[in-house]
Amino acid sequence: MSPHRADDAARNPLRHRLDQRLPRVAGPCGMVLFGVTGDLSRKKVMPAIYDLANRGLLPPGFGLVGFARRDWADQDFAQIVHDSVREHARTPFREETWKQLAEGIRFVAGDLGDPEAYQTLKGVVQELDENRGTGGNHAFYLSIPPGLFPVVLEHLRTSGLAEDRPEAWRRVVIEKPFGHDLASAQELNRIVGEVFSSGSVFRIDHYLGKETVQNLLALRFANTMFEALWNSHFVDNVQITMAEDIGIGGRAGYYDGIGAARDVIQNHLLQLLALTAMEEPLSFAPDDVRAEKEKVLRAVHLPRELGKHSSRGQYATGWQGGIPVKGYLEEEGISPDSNTETYAALRVDVDNRRWAGVPFYLRTGKRLGRRVTEVAVVFKRAPHLPFEKTAVQELSNNAFVFRIQPDEGITVRFGSKVPNTSSVQVRDVTMDFQYGESFVDSSPEAYERLILDVLLGDPPLFPRHEEVELGWEILDPVLDFWASHGKPDQYVSGGWGPHSSYDMIARDGRTWRRP
Amino acid sequence: MIRLEDTSGGAVAAAIAAERHRMGSSATGMVLTLLILSDEESQADATAAAVSAARQHPMRIVTLIPRPGRHDTRLDADISVGGDDGPGEVAVLRLRGLLAEHANSVAVPLLLSDTPVVAYWPHSSPDVPADDPIGRHAQRRITDCASADDIDRELQARKAGYRPGDTDLAWTRLTPWRSVLASALDQPPGQIFRAYVSAEENNPSAILLSLWLGHNLRVPVEMATSAGPGITEVRLETDGGDITVSRADGINAVLSRPDTPDSRVALTRRDLAELMSEELRRLDPDEVYGEVIALVASP
Repeated sequence: MSPHRADDAARNPLRHRLDQRLPRVAGPCGMVLFGVTGDLSRKKVMPAIYDLANRGLLPPGFGLVGFARRDWADQDFAQIVHDSVREHARTPFREETWKQLAEGIRFVAGDLGDPEAYQTLKGVVQELDENRGTGGNHAFYLSIPPGLFPVVLEHLRTSGLAEDRPEAWRRVVIEKPFGHDLASAQELNRIVGEVFSSGSVFRIDHYLGKETVQNLLALRFANTMFEALWNSHFVDNVQITMAEDIGIGGRAGYYDGIGAARDVIQNHLLQLLALTAMEEPLSFAPDDVRAEKEKVLRAVHLPRELGKHSSRGQYATGWQGGIPVKGYLEEEGISPDSNTETYAALRVDVDNRRWAGVPFYLRTGKRLGRRVTEVAVVFKRAPHLPFEKTAVQELSNNAFVFRIQPDEGITVRFGSKVPNTSSVQVRDVTMDFQYGESFVDSSPEAYERLILDVLLGDPPLFPRHEEVELGWEILDPVLDFWASHGKPDQYVSGGWGPHSSYDMIARDGRTWRRP
Repeated sequence: MIRLEDTSGGAVAAAIAAERHRMGSSATGMVLTLLILSDEESQADATAAAVSAARQHPMRIVTLIPRPGRHDTRLDADISVGGDDGPGEVAVLRLRGLLAEHANSVAVPLLLSDTPVVAYWPHSSPDVPADDPIGRHAQRRITDCASADDIDRELQARKAGYRPGDTDLAWTRLTPWRSVLASALDQPPGQIFRAYVSAEENNPSAILLSLWLGHNLRVPVEMATSAGPGITEVRLETDGGDITVSRADGINAVLSRPDTPDSRVALTRRDLAELMSEELRRLDPDEVYGEVIALVASP
């Protein structure tokens, strides 16, 4: 859905608008990776680069530079990349692809705060331009804690590495979190904005790839049969869930003080809400989609009594899926009196004609029943049921569920007659569609799409700083309320959250769907 | 595998449905029906490639093998559904005696409802695939010039019989080459004067590549014979120097550009299964192929 740039065809006689076979391959370029030893780098970024090369989507001569405080030579870094590719790549390992990639791998040893290291980096980048033909086009991937962004960005600026020239581009990729409240998000944006123009900044939220966004938009706006029902006349409520079965693992340092709401609701769940609730964009051009998302996010408002319509919790020691697990407060590196929530649920309303009176329930948590991300649109009951009361006892509300992970797809729940019962009996049944069933090869990893977009210079579809800031504007009052009212409730590991979350939705006469 | 002897198209469809039911899964995920019309010699490779492509495009594969002659007129079927071979459904049908002339009557009850149909002739193709009784069901019709004995005559037949929706594996094989060449020209190369294509003898892909280059670059293209395998080199003469992609071993290529160091490009020759996967990715007419096949020289 990204508009094919018309000038491509005009410039390159071998690129034809109607050519359905030629993939869009990134032009000459390279990438500099900061934070090469992190989990994300090894499990996601490096394999994604290899997969892109394997699919023939990277330019010949692509350069990959690692930057870290390690005493490594190029080969040592290449070995790290090799191992990560071997372990985590999604496409088969091919020696010829690896050789093509390995020729362009470089390593710069240095401290993130050392100006000399950036001069070395500058030299390496120039060497790649000369020896590999990267053409002065480089993306800087900051896979490092956000606290280090200012240092790195400042050095990129003073060393001249971030300078855009007319014939060569420089871009930057940053990962969430984008701040921890409105003020810090604005500050982060200011810092990044001083070094890179807004079109050169690519923010990635690895939970929500462009592919998912486009799948959701295609389902809503390419079809006739859903849109007619997509409003308060038919919809009773919307439940957006992101559940993880794991705990915080080794991320205590990152997680404590951040918590579930900042980590997931502010960006991920509000993005899903925007995509579910927004009006039809003029086109799928990023600006048009963004305009609609921003409009609907501006219409989101919080309940007046936050205490009654929100819930937070911490997972307690217990058993999950047959395995004994530690509670949050017992995790290594977490203070026993930590107030950080590992579960957060919240009701919001959308003030417009389409959605007035339809609550949107957002919830996320760690150590829940299973790993799942979904948007469930729950419909109203039929106003009249011409059946015996006993016949429809097992019938609940119709529902339309976007499953985002795992097994991306759709589930529709509706009532059907049970065969062969002497009297009519209606029971819930589900109809299921899985992307993996119909299109096996069409779901590239979110990172592949993002990295390719960065290298192609496709404007980022998700999310710009305006949306990030809108997310904080919505969430900040809740965070403030929580900070001054009580503590998170303990909840059983492997379940679906604290009692207060059930109470909160029961107050509205509704129940959570078991995802 | 289930074997049905002296059966009918409808009975084969019922047997597939019964097998699905027995396994506890319905055939809802199927995205298309692939009809393969083949002789005994090519059918095994063609079916195996389709089964492998079915991992990416779950489909019903119906291989029709006409066995004309004086035996009894009857239909024999080998059926396999799902399982370890992948998610697809496969029916290999032998059409004996007079039935060899009526493959269409067997195919009709086996077409999945409301999903696209693709026809594939791995060996000898009809003059006008779109008018063939089997081809008429299909929105995409796949032939393979490389399987013909007389390449030039085959290319001319494809040109004469072309209707939108036709495509040929000789064209599919070119995609990686075309992709590398197109990305080599993403940086404006200046004026291009002439192009050279070297390939092993009787390679229809090399002819299509020359036509494509000549048409789009508007330059003369010269062809040379090499030892292969397949296409070995494409050279573009520009005012700044030569742009060359050369591949000696059928796996690794080297891209040379003026003022730029050489770079290595993976350009592995692909097997039939990968070609089928690419072919099934898009089911609307391949207009660029249509343009190129129209350029084939008349005798």
